Amino acid sequence: MNQIWTISEQYQGEIKRVSFELLARGRDLADQAGAILVAIVFSDDNSEHPLADASLKELISRGADEVVCIQGTGLSVFQCETWSKNLAALARARKPSVIIAAATSSGRTLMPHLAVKLGAGLTADCTELSIEPVTGNLLQTRPAIGGNIMATIKTPDRRPQMATVRPKSALPLEPDYTRNGLVARLAADPTLTDPRVEVLGLESDIPDFENIEEAGIVVAGGRGLKKSDNFRILRELADALGAAVGASREAVDRGWISYPHQVGLSGKTISPRLYICAGISGAIQHLAGIKTAETIVSINSDPEAPIHKLADFAIVGDLFDIVPRIVKRLEARKTKGGDR
Amino acid sequence: MNILAAIKQVPDTDKVRMDPDSGTMIRAGVDTIVNPLDLYALEAALKLREEHGGTITVLTLGPPSAERALREALSMGCDAGVLVTDKAFAGSDTWATSYALSLAVKKLGGFDLILAGERATDGDTGQVGPGLAAWLDVPVATYVGSIESSGETEIVVRRLVEEGYQRLRLKLPCLATVVKEIGTPRLPTLRGKKFARSSMIRALNAKDLDAEEGFLGLRGSPTKVSKIFYPKVAREGVMLRAGDEAEAEKAADGLMAFLETRGLLAKGA
Repeated sequence: MNQIWTISEQYQGEIKRVSFELLARGRDLADQAGAILVAIVFSDDNSEHPLADASLKELISRGADEVVCIQGTGLSVFQCETWSKNLAALARARKPSVIIAAATSSGRTLMPHLAVKLGAGLTADCTELSIEPVTGNLLQTRPAIGGNIMATIKTPDRRPQMATVRPKSALPLEPDYTRNGLVARLAADPTLTDPRVEVLGLESDIPDFENIEEAGIVVAGGRGLKKSDNFRILRELADALGAAVGASREAVDRGWISYPHQVGLSGKTISPRLYICAGISGAIQHLAGIKTAETIVSINSDPEAPIHKLADFAIVGDLFDIVPRIVKRLEARKTKGGDR
Repeated sequence: MNILAAIKQVPDTDKVRMDPDSGTMIRAGVDTIVNPLDLYALEAALKLREEHGGTITVLTLGPPSAERALREALSMGCDAGVLVTDKAFAGSDTWATSYALSLAVKKLGGFDLILAGERATDGDTGQVGPGLAAWLDVPVATYVGSIESSGETEIVVRRLVEEGYQRLRLKLPCLATVVKEIGTPRLPTLRGKKFARSSMIRALNAKDLDAEEGFLGLRGSPTKVSKIFYPKVAREGVMLRAGDEAEAEKAADGLMAFLETRGLLAKGA
């Protein structure tokens, strides 16, 4: 039977939210194509955080018809060559028509590697996917030229059809624990483990680090903040919203905040549900990084700032005056017992 | 250490203007530059050469005019430039591009390390680096923010991932794509510019590379662009001025109501 695969990711034994978003996409495609949806995931039983049965069943409740957990030493953390070789072997045996992965640091590395091994076409960073009636081709739509146009791409003559999907561009399905599906644990062929690469570990306890790609809300600051200390004002807003803190290139280049915060062409492209920026004028390189944010709010004293033209809600004013007023209201809403 | 830096020539987005009516890029008269993210790869290569000696060869695939990008890299201090150019390569997607580049790398031979930018600012896929590594069958590290150590037979890198930095030890030869954190690109020197002007750029075409015809250009590319369209502009574009106390209060209230209506203040938004 026709199979559609999603590549799931885990962090310390927990399936990542981005993989549930991907399953929502996959479910939709499988229903359109009349295919079964298979969630592939890697685990290592001898690691500190092996994937429990409950985690694998969670993939079923989030939309998968079948789960294949490839298990082996060192497989729980991303290692491009070894993951790619294992997936290539499985794909040659099971011949999926579609393989999708999240456009994360892992997905964007793994998929081009795997596409070469499989002689398959691959489209990066899609925001829309659907199945073309009759042909069954995967229609892969992605923003191009800094998000100013959209391109729909097909892979008519090769299988599997592969795509990475921009994180936060879809919502996960609500879990349905009545769903049933086959969960299989598969021992990896140890000869497929690449001896040339060794994962030495993850440094996760880094001061001034932010995971802006996976945040639902991002609050960002730029040159208008005037100095490093003033990021405090934005952090207060971020805390009140449960948001991550982003920054423009200018703020990073001035050393006010570290590079992992940077949004835009030489930083990260993000698609949060809400992007609030203060003191950012909106250079073309910055806008390219936020074009697919669902809602954009801008606060900038210059009425002509390009960011205001893109924003859903623009406030022309002094951020040092406006931002604290918003924080005050958010705090008041919290203590009043809003739904947070 | 013999290093190959793979770069791309792209339109200069700094100077790109948008046509307000059609929403398209005005390409006429737009300069081309070295992909800004590849400058970080060149900087990383130059630093490694300072440490270990050796040579830096710069490789690009593009039209004959892409020679300019190679000369720019030479002016920063790289040693040699190689241009892969042929009409047969026109319209290549990332799969076909990485195939053609891999043939050039094999033909030139003898590299310990291949460096590239994380992605190009025009295509914005980041797929050619890992694809090239797969064709060459060498290990790859992407999003490298720093090279912790480098020796005769291996390097240790820190790659920027969602949860922090993943540390990897890779046997040479290998391929790394780098991000901005690797270091501020140096400016061309006067001596470098002179050298760049007088250098011979080696050109390689499809025949030189003994390339498989069915793997080249538009025809050899698995992906086909089927449609281009403009994104729906669903933005409402409310603009409030907050020039004084009363206006600022009104703007803050307005924003709260707006966020509430859109369900953005609910838990888990």
